[in-house]
Amino acid sequence: MHVDPTRPVDYAIITHGHSDHARAGHGHVLATPQTLRIMEARYGRDFAGSVQAIEYGEVVTLKGGVDISFHPAGHVLGSAQILFEWKGFRAVVSGDYKRERDPTCAPFALVRCDLFVTEATFGLPVFRHPLAAGEIAKLVDSAELFPERAHLVGAYSLGKAQRLMAMLREAGWGRPIYVHGAMVALTDLYIDEGVPLGDIRHVAPDERKNLGGEIVICPPSTLQEIWSRKFPDPVSAVASGWMRVRARARQQGAELPLVISDHAGWDDLGKTIIETGASEIWVTHGAEEALVYWCESQGLRARPLHLVGYGDEEAEDVAAPVENT
Amino acid sequence: MNRFAALLDRLAYEPRRNAKIRLMADYFREVPDPERGWALAALTGALSFKHAKPNLVRTLIGKRTDPFLFQMSRDYVGDMAETVALMWPVSHGANHVPTLTEIVAGLNETSKLDLPGRLASWLDALDETGRWALLKLITGSLRIGASARLAKTAVAALGDNIAPNDVEHVWPGLQPPYEDLFAWVEGRGPMPENTDPAPFHTPMLSTAIEDTANWRDVLDSADFSAEWKWDGIRVQAVGGIDEDGQRAARLYSRTGEEISHSFPDIISAIDFTGAVDGELLIVRDGRVQSFNVLQQRLNRKAITPKLVAEYPAHIRAYDLLTEAGEDLRALAFAERRLRLERFIEEAGEKFDLSPQIDFATWEELTAARADPASHGAGIDAEAVEGVMIKRNASIYVPGRPKGEWFKWKRDPYIVDAVLLYAQRGSGKRSSFYSDYTFGVWAPGEDGDELVPVGKAYFGFTDEELVELDRFVRKNTINRFGPVREVTHEADEGLVFEVAFEGLSRSTRHRSGVAMRFPRISRIRWDKPPREADRIEHLEALLSDAAVS
Ligand SMILES: [Zn+2]
Ligand SMILES: [Zn+2]
Repeated sequence: MHVDPTRPVDYAIITHGHSDHARAGHGHVLATPQTLRIMEARYGRDFAGSVQAIEYGEVVTLKGGVDISFHPAGHVLGSAQILFEWKGFRAVVSGDYKRERDPTCAPFALVRCDLFVTEATFGLPVFRHPLAAGEIAKLVDSAELFPERAHLVGAYSLGKAQRLMAMLREAGWGRPIYVHGAMVALTDLYIDEGVPLGDIRHVAPDERKNLGGEIVICPPSTLQEIWSRKFPDPVSAVASGWMRVRARARQQGAELPLVISDHAGWDDLGKTIIETGASEIWVTHGAEEALVYWCESQGLRARPLHLVGYGDEEAEDVAAPVENT
Repeated sequence: MNRFAALLDRLAYEPRRNAKIRLMADYFREVPDPERGWALAALTGALSFKHAKPNLVRTLIGKRTDPFLFQMSRDYVGDMAETVALMWPVSHGANHVPTLTEIVAGLNETSKLDLPGRLASWLDALDETGRWALLKLITGSLRIGASARLAKTAVAALGDNIAPNDVEHVWPGLQPPYEDLFAWVEGRGPMPENTDPAPFHTPMLSTAIEDTANWRDVLDSADFSAEWKWDGIRVQAVGGIDEDGQRAARLYSRTGEEISHSFPDIISAIDFTGAVDGELLIVRDGRVQSFNVLQQRLNRKAITPKLVAEYPAHIRAYDLLTEAGEDLRALAFAERRLRLERFIEEAGEKFDLSPQIDFATWEELTAARADPASHGAGIDAEAVEGVMIKRNASIYVPGRPKGEWFKWKRDPYIVDAVLLYAQRGSGKRSSFYSDYTFGVWAPGEDGDELVPVGKAYFGFTDEELVELDRFVRKNTINRFGPVREVTHEADEGLVFEVAFEGLSRSTRHRSGVAMRFPRISRIRWDKPPREADRIEHLEALLSDAAVS
């Protein structure tokens, strides 16, 4: 039994649909119904030998008497933390999580435990994410100040893109929101799951030149691709927690960096660790060293897991641009 | 302050000139006096903050963060002020966000002893971007993503019929927070009087002669005078007497920026009342030095007596705009020239007259341009970058009036070089590989190899850019971040004809030479890299006295 295995295994528990956590080819997969739908949308019907949908809060007893249950992680639609209970000992594997409000998925639920396995994508004290609403306001202000320019927003296709759409609606953006072809299927899935996103349109190739004044959401790598050229004097916005650091924003060629993250920032990582009441912390997925150091300074036992194969989905999308999309 | 910081943040990322102007104009429109005036002062470099030492900032953050976590963060972020801005602990009690106005006043009235506490209370109340901007401002390390000229252009944009030069004209008499300026551009007040005893006058500019079709036939050589176009920087040296009878002397760049502090040797030589339009040059032992030498002086921040002695500045006068309170700009050029000749005789040794070229026909002028040394420029010929042709009847008009003054630049140097690396551009070009590093052949350890000699990012049309971008993408052999290495073999690769204005020795480039104003003059799709030029060709140009 493995959580988010990077190689095909017989029995896999999947926290959420991002590609570094949910891979195809496992024998049996346990996940929330939404995560299973996302995997099917990405990998096709036969992505696993067999699947088992588990709702949030439902308890399943595994061989050997371990009870497992899934709890909202607030990261993307269907994302879960996994609680393992055995003879009164409780361990939680967080998967990816955030504490900030997100209208497109169930809010993070705090699960008290003895051992907490936490992600640390933004595990440095410089990652203090501002409220996303303020960043969305920047985007809307810019679209209003430059009504003849298309605003292209680079965002990861699963979760971030839909969160932007929902938050634009909350900010009063009533115009259609345009999306790159790579996002259509997942966005439709969100809408089908009951997340209201308003009028979402796929960008037709010959229509790009007419999209001055519109907001277009696309994978970050496409901002530097030929695809983006046909828009009228495009503004390259990038929505990512990495935009907090200027050197990273520059490196990515962002002209309008939006600090919007789907992972917990430094303050929320620490807060969550304390609130779980866990006495032992395992840190994985990102900048482990600083967070382990911090845990120890709080009198908690902590160790880095140094797992390979997990990255930040956004970082991967940024580092390996796909040509000609 | 948070609003101003957000503007600075946005300007730092926005590459487009017009977008920068709109961002600033939007700010000036939204933000009331005097806050916007202090912002304008910061944007134009007119605000001198009491500089806090980076050490003070380090001490403040040291008391608030763990040293190990700070060090790790600092290493990751790569910038001290930014790291402090991001790591500064949130203080929920501090909810009065300081305005820029309060910060300016606060810095002026705060003693050195109280500065740490004051600064800390501001940092407590600001957001991440606000803290970043404040720390950059007070440590004097803020790179503003817009020039003073652009900020003044944005102010002009607030008005209905106000040109950037109008703002430039009244600017010298103004003080922050510029309430009279905003009142005027918004139509609520009179035009501020330029009370500067040594004001700037917007210069008259020329057009390229090549832009006039059949100019040799259309223009009558008898209507024109010609003089050398000197390769320095165009300046205005202005002297006057202020209300208290004190002598005022100022030196301005072409755009009206005051550069007096960089040239104390010129300022102390201005003992006249008048405005001279001329070229700033370095003259040693009676000989005009190349632009490279001038560049060496311009590069220095600290103006020491040693620097001034080694790089003596000089003004070669082109025109006289005012004299003893009289505005000469409505006179014809020929008349102004006579006044200038008399004026310069009295102006002292730091000033001399730009000599006129003797010619009757365009053919004679063509010959002079081809060989300045034997047509009057003599030993200064290497500092000539072409000729200026001025209509004798032309009055002095600010801006670039058509048909009055023409520049006719010397032919550039040309070299055939091979494309080695391409980098994505910025702004509109961010999806194009539009910055090209090129090289020429040089002897290497294993036979000939291509060594980089320069970088160019213009000289081609938009259509050519599309083709070049396609070529780069198809012929990539290596990638380093935004840079691609492109095939460059003897028989495979792309040759550029590169035009440039001059060449100098450089220790920063592996090839040992650096080009001035290189641009792609032609794309030689037809030429194999094997036939590109060799480094010896450039070295010969370097030793040739004609190349500066
Ligand atoms: Zn994830
Ligand atoms: Zn992840």
